[in-house]
Amino acid sequence: MSRVMSSKSHSRVAAKVQAHAPVFAALGDATRLSLVAKLSGGRRRSISQLTEGSRLTRQAITKHLRVLESAKIVHSVRAGRESLYEFNPQPVVEIKKYLDLVSEQWDQALARLKSFVES
Amino acid sequence: MENRIEKRIELKAPMARVWRALTDYREFGEWFRVKLEGPFVPGQVSRGHITYPGYEHIKWEVEVQKMEPERLFSFTWHPYAVDPKIDYAKEMPTLVEFRLEKTASGTLLLLTESGFDKIPSERRLEALRMNEGGWTEQMKNVESYVEQKP
Repeated sequence: MSRVMSSKSHSRVAAKVQAHAPVFAALGDATRLSLVAKLSGGRRRSISQLTEGSRLTRQAITKHLRVLESAKIVHSVRAGRESLYEFNPQPVVEIKKYLDLVSEQWDQALARLKSFVES
Repeated sequence: MENRIEKRIELKAPMARVWRALTDYREFGEWFRVKLEGPFVPGQVSRGHITYPGYEHIKWEVEVQKMEPERLFSFTWHPYAVDPKIDYAKEMPTLVEFRLEKTASGTLLLLTESGFDKIPSERRLEALRMNEGGWTEQMKNVESYVEQKP
């Protein structure tokens, strides 16, 4: 099987394919990854807290947070005048599962290639 | 976790044999389990359908990129394009590359699939640059988080 899945869940995963690219893209940036790393501790943090220790401006950090938010990797919640950001692991879990499946398909295809050329 | 897939496999067969298994469309179809309509030609679309039992309704369509004899065979496709209701043409394809290297016992085959972070222009959020070291390092953090809290 190539792009064919071995499990019954194939149509469910396929339906989610369109949601994967923005998650990969959102994570493909060092600043955003460091924001995710800060938030992945599980505590909610404000923009000020996330800007601390960074060479970037508050405005730049806000822009990066919006990208993460649109890929649903972080959520923001209002707390008085501030927005607090929290990590949502679900999209990251999904792309990890997806890559694992694609990877498994290649393992199977390459094993067939091996027995094909070695026989 | 990476945003690309990399595989390496040692094959006890000469490079010429491996090259033929990869690029002759009938041989490719044998092990890949796909029935192709015709030979692979760089720059052209290769069409066919999956022959794996139960998945015969699935079309196979890739665009052949490079064919450098006994060195590199590559194509672009849409991974997991298994749902006929979804128009995958709207999605950016990923790039699949097979690289061959000679070894003492035969051939080392290196496979990479990359481009999972590409998004169609209308959905492009901004120009994105990858930071290889940063990605690898930080993904470990995310991964350990995810594993602790599945």
